Amino acid sequence: MRVAELANPSRFLHAASLTIPWLGGATVLLFAIAIYRAVLAPDDYQQGATVKIMFLHVPSAWLGMLCWALMTVAALGTLVWRHPLADVAAKAAAPLGAAFTLLCLVTGSLWGRPEWGTYWVWDARLTSELILFLLYLGVIALWRTVEDTSRAARAVAILTLVGAVDLPIIKFSVDWWNTLHQGASVFRLGGSTIHPTILVPLLLMAAAFTLLFVTLLLAAMRNEILRRRVRTLRLLQASAVG
Amino acid sequence: MQATAHIGFIGAAYGACIIVIGALIAWVTLDYRMQRRILAELEAQGIARRSAPVRESAGQTATEDA
Repeated sequence: MRVAELANPSRFLHAASLTIPWLGGATVLLFAIAIYRAVLAPDDYQQGATVKIMFLHVPSAWLGMLCWALMTVAALGTLVWRHPLADVAAKAAAPLGAAFTLLCLVTGSLWGRPEWGTYWVWDARLTSELILFLLYLGVIALWRTVEDTSRAARAVAILTLVGAVDLPIIKFSVDWWNTLHQGASVFRLGGSTIHPTILVPLLLMAAAFTLLFVTLLLAAMRNEILRRRVRTLRLLQASAVG
Repeated sequence: MQATAHIGFIGAAYGACIIVIGALIAWVTLDYRMQRRILAELEAQGIARRSAPVRESAGQTATEDA
């Protein structure tokens, strides 16, 4: 099946139903391996055992940003290409992105208290991440507020494109401003500064989180298509009664 | 020693992760069951898609016709 054929919702539903169980199984397997490696990972020479919070915090942060980037592509799909599944993907992704961003903020606070001596500080990285979370809530609220799906999709697409400005701010905030948050330590010029005994479990956990995200996104998109079918049938039912 | 000193923070972080991911999985699973059940009920009443195309607005998305 060609990728373009998945633009047909019925074909997408069929493909999703075939794919989701396999992706779910692979996610469980990858999480089992990643958690096993995370448990065996040594304590950090400075942070001690709290470095294990990084295995949750960093993948959550990456996914929160990846999800908005994906929504930005979907927004272009809605506004420019009028792809039939673009707004379905955008609507399904928003709660997932909000959840992972919330997880990033919560685990970051729980990591910050023993390391920095505070749960929260209004520095550039933390504040821009909080703004991303608020943007997700705004998108979810917009979907719920505007009843007409196509109007909601266009409004959300515009908000998503505007909100995409926050992504480079989050990424480069630690370089542009003096922040309490540490700089990049995994993907950076000159290589990672993290020892392989900690880096490998981190990357495994990131892969498991990403697979979970993809699985949940496909399942949520399937639900959204079914919800629109229900809506269409109810309109048919109402017109038949009328 | 440091592990026991900060075990509360580590446990809370992993606990929050389990709750959030568990909530996402439950939301997706329950929503799927609910939509399937409603669709089955509507179809049992003899309401079928494409039998009488209804458009609520000119700008309706293609997926609503699906």
